[in-house]
Order: sequence, then structure tokens, then C-alpha cells
Amino acid sequence: MIVAEHLTKYYGATRAVDDVSFSVAQGELAALLGPNGSGKSTLLRMVTGYFSPTAGRVSVGGIDMGGAPLAARRRLGYLPEQVSLYPELTVRRTLAFVAEVRGLSGKPRRRAVDEVVQRCGLAEVAERRVGTLSKGFRQRVGLAQALVGDPDVLVLDEPTVGLDPVQTVEMRGLLRGLTGRTVLLSTHILSEASALCSRIVIVDRGRLVAEDTPAGLGQRLEGLGRLVVRVEGPAPEIASVLAAMPGVLRAEAMPADAMPGVRFLLVGPDLGPVQRQIGPAVVGRGWTLLEVRAEAPTLEDLFVRLVRPTGHGGDR
Amino acid sequence: MRSFVALFRKELRSYFGSPLVYLVAAAFLAYTGYYFHSDLLYFVTFGFGVNIMENFWQLLFIDIRLVLILAVPLLTMRLLAEERRLGTLELLLTYPLRDGAIVAAKLGACLVVIALLLAGTLAYPVWVYRIQPFALSPLVAGYVGLLLFAGTCASYGLFISSLTDSQVLAGFLTALPLLLLWLLSWNEAATAGTTLPLMRALSLFNHFQPFSVGLIEARDVFYFLFSAGAFVWGTLRVLEARQWLGRR
Repeated sequence: MIVAEHLTKYYGATRAVDDVSFSVAQGELAALLGPNGSGKSTLLRMVTGYFSPTAGRVSVGGIDMGGAPLAARRRLGYLPEQVSLYPELTVRRTLAFVAEVRGLSGKPRRRAVDEVVQRCGLAEVAERRVGTLSKGFRQRVGLAQALVGDPDVLVLDEPTVGLDPVQTVEMRGLLRGLTGRTVLLSTHILSEASALCSRIVIVDRGRLVAEDTPAGLGQRLEGLGRLVVRVEGPAPEIASVLAAMPGVLRAEAMPADAMPGVRFLLVGPDLGPVQRQIGPAVVGRGWTLLEVRAEAPTLEDLFVRLVRPTGHGGDR
Repeated sequence: MRSFVALFRKELRSYFGSPLVYLVAAAFLAYTGYYFHSDLLYFVTFGFGVNIMENFWQLLFIDIRLVLILAVPLLTMRLLAEERRLGTLELLLTYPLRDGAIVAAKLGACLVVIALLLAGTLAYPVWVYRIQPFALSPLVAGYVGLLLFAGTCASYGLFISSLTDSQVLAGFLTALPLLLLWLLSWNEAATAGTTLPLMRALSLFNHFQPFSVGLIEARDVFYFLFSAGAFVWGTLRVLEARQWLGRR
């Protein structure tokens, strides 16, 4: 449904996206996953036709975005990262405007607006001006305007960014309800991509790093773990001892908190044996071991595995 | 077409939903009303026995034109600058709308507002007509001229508004050159003989003058339509460039 071929985008002399190809099949929910500044938004803007690629092409539903932008955009709903709507219009008026721009009028338009108002939980604010809404509601109106008129393809740029935890859970619920449509969303949160999407496209510094299912990524991450270790003693020495332990890929000091001791984060492919050795190594040197705790891997760890397998944290 | 109408209606709603248009209308009618009053007094006091066109309507049209120079930038400054500042341009440009339809809807809505402002000034001639009927066709020419003149100023304002995300800057950069052109037209007598014809051919104000005395000439109509078209063309190129440069 969405096919991106060899997309490249330069901003002046800066290369923001470098030869990225991927595709999203009909009815598939796919995530574009990458850290901030990795080129996700630029990629999505090229998919929506907002930016023209410097090289490469995009097609939506088999229609070439460069060749027939109007026909391609007719099939596409878009939620930008910064949802900007006309503050002076009410929610209902905003959605009616978008429905009309998408070619609906009269009864079908009213029906389309009522449907998205219900679906996105906007009934209580439907007559309020968009400018007076909270961030959570504005984001929902943003999603509603992408959905109105029932486009087959949805492009959502960081749909949960800036939302509080309750709003985030609600938004993920709405996204899960989008079954049957082709959705490409971007996120920098690995767990969000794994929980929502059937396919994950990973980008870093404008390049495609991997394209896999959540299960496939899980396999790649298998055994890759994180340990938080809290020790009382001389920080630099502890750090060098922990980093030198076999099986530790990366050891970094964490910011100080109210509790005693210094916290370190260890990342490695198989931290089971490490966990056993930490006690003797620390206590044997006369330091006090206060805490050893395992954590779930994050996007950062995945990058350690995929992009910089031998690095010690890289420059990010 | 339906999407154009949707945006055109939204633009009109944005105009009439904000206090600015009412303030501009109030000021516009107050100033033009004042000019009407003082021009009429002048005509009544000094103009007996001479042509009403040259001594009254011409004065009034030229004065209305001056008020338009101040009003139009206030109406055009928000057109695209506001969309850029809010970030709404991103969504607008990903809807199934041609760039041409966006520009036409915005300019069209602005021209409707300007036409309504000018329609408000029709009260003055109607009032005079009730006291002393006069030939109407020269008056029609004057209003056609005012609309063409305002259309060119609005296209220029739209173009400037596409270049910045600051409404204030867009307003200033629209008003200042128009005022400068007006001031320049005062200094014709001091201009060297060689540059004078060129200045006259290019001046917005010299092309308006025949309309104010009741003449609609093809070259003046063409001049206004051509310059308005050139600014619309420029606006479309700015929108297109953003797509390639990757700027909001």
C-alpha cells in the first residue's frame, strides 16, 4: 500500500535521509522506529508528499506521489508530529472542513464527522474551539482529522509524543482500534512499536538499519539485557571494574539520586553470569553492594546490538 | 472544486471570526467617509460650474485608493504567514488540494472582504444621487478601477505573506512599498524627462488615474491583471520551493 523506494533527502548540503526503501502492505500497522533526529519525520513528510524527495519515489495505493499527488493524497490521512489546527474553529467545524476538502458534502459529510467524533472520544468537546483544548484532546482531534473521510492509508508522526501517561494509554487504545487500515507511524519508543505494530522499520542517522517483525526483533534482542548496579565506593574504580567484566558491552554511571551509593547501568548480550560475578567482585574489593536489578531492553540497547555492536555507548 | 469551496468558506469564516476585519472595516469607512465629506465640501465651495467627474469623483476615488493602501496589508498579512506560524500549512498542503486552489481560495476570500468594504462606500454616491442625479457609468469605471487596484495590492500582499511567518513583518513589507510608490508619484514634476515615461508605465497610481475620471482602458486593465497574476505566480513558486527545500 505504501512503497518507498531509495528515498534520499538533502537539506542544503545536509543529508537527512539516505537511500531508504521500505514498504507497508495493505492492512498492516508498521512503525518507523528511531531516535530523535534520525530522519523519521522527513521520511514521513516525503510519504505524505509534503516534501519532495531529492531522489527516489513514493507510491501510495499504487499511485505515484510525484506523478499524481492529488490522487495519492486523496487516499491518505496524516497526523503531523506537531499537531497544528486552526484555533478559531470548533472541533466539529475543523472536522467538517477536512471532510469537505476530501470531497464529502451534505449528509455523508455529517455522518463522517459524527463517526470520527465518536471513535476518537470527542463528543464532549465537539462544540469547543480547538484553541481552548488540552494537548491530549488536540492530539485526538489531530487523529480524527486524519481519519475523517475514511482514507485507506494513515501516516502518524509520533502520535503519543508529549502526552501524559493516561493520555498515552488512551491514544494507544485508539491506534489499536485502527485494524483494517494501512498505518505507518513513527516512534522512538521500542515497546510502543512492538506492542502496536506488526512490522518495524528501524532508521538511524537517515539510514535504514533493520526491517523486522516485533518477534524477529525480540530474537535479536534475546539475552540482551540491562542491569542496574548500585555500589558504595570510589566511582571511577568501580566503573572500570564493571566495564572490564566479561560479557559487559557497556557500563555507564547513572545520574545520582537520593539513595546512597553510585548507580551504574550495564548492557550486554548475556548478563546472567555477570549478575553472579558482581557480588564477589564488589565485596572482594571492600566496597558495599546495595542493589542489582535487571531491566527490560530499550531502543538504545537495540541500537547497541544493531548499529554499534562493538561500541561502548557510541556518541549518542 | 469542492475542496476549493471548502477552503474558500473556511477563509471567509476566519476573516469574519476575528475582530480585525471589523476594525479595518470601521476605520476604512470612517476615513473614506471623512474624505467624502471634505471632498464634497471642497467641490461645493469651489467647483460650481465645472465637471463633477474632475472635481469630485476623481478626488474621492483617489482618496479611497489611499485608504485602500493602508487597509489591504492588514487584510493580507495573515493569509499565509499565519498558516506558517501555526504550522497549519503542513496539513493544508497534504490535503487533496492543488497549490493553485489554496492560493485562489485565500486571495478570493480577501477580495470578497475588499469588495464588501468598497460596497460600503456606495452609500456616498447613493446619497448624492438622491439630492442631484448624475451619470452613473463614470462611477462604475471608478469602482472597477478600485477593485483592480485593490486586487493587485492584495496579490502583492499574499506574495509577501508567503515569504515570512511573521504577520507584522508581512504587513509592513506590504504597506511600505505601496506607500513609497504613492510618494514617488508626487514627484513626477521633479523627475528627469528620460525616466518619467518609464516611471509612468510602471506606476500603480498612473494606471489608476484614467479609471478615476471614468475611463476603462484595455492597457490599464491589462496592467493590473498582469501584475496581480505575476504575484500569484510568485506565491505559487514560493509554495513549490518549500516542498523542495524542506522548510516549513
